[in-house]
Amino acid sequence: MLLGQRLRRLAGWLATLTVAAAFAIAVAAFIELVGRDAEARTTVLRGYAFITSGDLRVAFDLRWDQLSAVMALVVTGVSSLIHLYSIGYMAHDDRRETFFAWLNLFVAAMLVLVLAQNFLVMFIGWEGVGLCSYLLIGFWFNRPLPVVNPLGRLVPGEPDDRQEVWAPPAAKKAFLANRIGDVGFLLAMFLVFATVGSLDFDVVFGRASGLATGTATAIALLLFLACTGKSAQFPLYVWLPDAMAGPTPVSALIHAATMVTAGVFLVSRTHALFEASPTAQTVVVVVGAFTALLAALIAIGQDDLKKILAYSTVSQLGYMFIGVGLGPIGYAAGLFHLVTHAFFKAQLFLGAGSVMHGNDDDVDVKHFGGLWAVMPVTFWTTVLAWAAIIGVPFTAGFYSKDQVLAAAFDHGGVGRLAWVVGVLTAGLTAFYMSRYLFLTFLGERRWPEGRHPHESPPVMTLPLVVLGLLAVVAGFVLSTFTGQGGRIQTFLEPVLGLEAHEGTSAAAFWLSAVATGTAAVGAGIAWLLYGGRVDWLALRVRFAPAWRALAERLYVDQVYEFFTVTLGRAVAAFLAVTVDQRGIDGAVNGVAELVGTAARDGRRLQSGLVRTYALGVLGGAVLIVAFLVFRP
Amino acid sequence: MRVGPGAYLLLSALLFGIGVAGVLIRRNAIVVFMCVELMLNAVNLSFIAFAKVNGALDGQVLAFFVMAVAAAEVVVGLGILVAIFRKRSSTSVDDVNLLKG
Repeated sequence: MLLGQRLRRLAGWLATLTVAAAFAIAVAAFIELVGRDAEARTTVLRGYAFITSGDLRVAFDLRWDQLSAVMALVVTGVSSLIHLYSIGYMAHDDRRETFFAWLNLFVAAMLVLVLAQNFLVMFIGWEGVGLCSYLLIGFWFNRPLPVVNPLGRLVPGEPDDRQEVWAPPAAKKAFLANRIGDVGFLLAMFLVFATVGSLDFDVVFGRASGLATGTATAIALLLFLACTGKSAQFPLYVWLPDAMAGPTPVSALIHAATMVTAGVFLVSRTHALFEASPTAQTVVVVVGAFTALLAALIAIGQDDLKKILAYSTVSQLGYMFIGVGLGPIGYAAGLFHLVTHAFFKAQLFLGAGSVMHGNDDDVDVKHFGGLWAVMPVTFWTTVLAWAAIIGVPFTAGFYSKDQVLAAAFDHGGVGRLAWVVGVLTAGLTAFYMSRYLFLTFLGERRWPEGRHPHESPPVMTLPLVVLGLLAVVAGFVLSTFTGQGGRIQTFLEPVLGLEAHEGTSAAAFWLSAVATGTAAVGAGIAWLLYGGRVDWLALRVRFAPAWRALAERLYVDQVYEFFTVTLGRAVAAFLAVTVDQRGIDGAVNGVAELVGTAARDGRRLQSGLVRTYALGVLGGAVLIVAFLVFRP
Repeated sequence: MRVGPGAYLLLSALLFGIGVAGVLIRRNAIVVFMCVELMLNAVNLSFIAFAKVNGALDGQVLAFFVMAVAAAEVVVGLGILVAIFRKRSSTSVDDVNLLKG
């Protein structure tokens, strides 16, 4: 009570320190883990049983192995940096202590998720991160947010096309999409318990290979449904771009680096179930590839700084699912991409936040340009992350994306298809990310009169620098020089059971060259279009129909709206009018009507005339006598 | 001349019928009362007749009961009638229809 106001001011630092402490503990535990034999690195901490009912016994067991360690390090490490950044970003917000409380709650839930030893504990974390996501997307529930008109012309001197949108619908959308996925998680859990009789990972995975193929497929597909919700894959990805209504650090932490990768983690953790069902693995790869391509296409047409990055995240998550869906050959590649993506995408989001912070919270790339001079740190660190995501050789994204694509190619079958889509997506990625970079930081200055863009304070730029450097070096730290195999594979092998790559280094080189070449073409086209030579706004007007389709997100959201909102309303109207008003209310009203009519007609008997009653008595008496006399 | 029970019963039925007809047809409450008495006494007559035929006293005892009850009924009924007449200046039973539904 006495410290209330003071603590309020210190809330950000307090929150950052707790997460940094968690990171320090994770590092210590990691060092201890590495010190042990490769085969003896799994530790299970048995907690108390919070459900004991018949055969079901669920305990709060935690698992510390190579996979948990990788996830825990990424989660706590990136979270520490983003917490630090948030101190600067949220400095002027009235409710920043609430913000930090929720952000801390999120980290706690995420750690429960990655450290769980059974399905139910994982589900607790899974729901916990979903709740925090919902709360934080809707954090600015009372503030209209700027949106951009996809076809709006730039009017120098004044911000154009502003309309009002609000955060709560976005939060609800995220919540609902995640609920659909969570039903899959729950059903998978029921099915696992019904067939195996336990929810403990060791028990379940030990018997996974003995499951009937149909059962294994059902479980794996239901789990993957949960993944499509949480990790924003087709068909449930639509919530993620809207989730950008939340504060930018939230977008960076939850909707880019950590929570949305939970699905990739889930597939890796339950890989034994997926390996028992080739069908499910194929579905994962196909959905991943399709999502990667679709989201990359949509990203091209966005003018909203954060929406570009959001679709980019969806697309990159598709790569990760291609990786983990391939089976043993791709697990490490998918997780490697998860780690590197956490670094460069967190940097890109924080960089976007820095741009917004210095530009009166504007998000429209049409209003930027030439920011490199006034925001040098943001610019240069964004260049590092840009290089990483488009796969400039020897940056992190180059290694991890190459590994995913090489694994897909080596896998054969559906993997070849995924490889083609992946290479195409790499080109599109290079295009839209370069467009993002050129429009925001290079070219002529297009910001309105009276705006004075400025660099963010050191508390915000420090995380940018750290993440930018990580985005460059994480690749060759975790991998070998050629990008095939490497430390992260060797490290994860005991827990995921990896296969060695069969491709020769020459083939690997050519695969890598094709992907990098495609990316270079994409970036080159972006340079031609957005490098200042072409009037891209005029181009946009000339190809208005095509542009509108991209900008309108290929109408996927509209189709969903038709099927959920319009059809839902029609069904609701049918139920309300035909079934409820006519059927149920009709029955109730009919009974009342019947009683009323009977009463109205029956009151005529009550004439009030004694003689009438007397006649009735007489008649009755005559009848009784007649009955007594004439009865047989 | 010896009269059989059939004649008593015929008279009883006749008196009862007149009583019923009076109750149902007449409007004057006093006449209605008289008709009710007529019906009661018609029944009394048949009681007595059966008592004589059966050689038992039950019927005669019942006739006395009926007379006692009828006397009490007339007292209460006429009391009500006087009260109604004071209120409405009429003894027509058709005017008394407050219980009409």
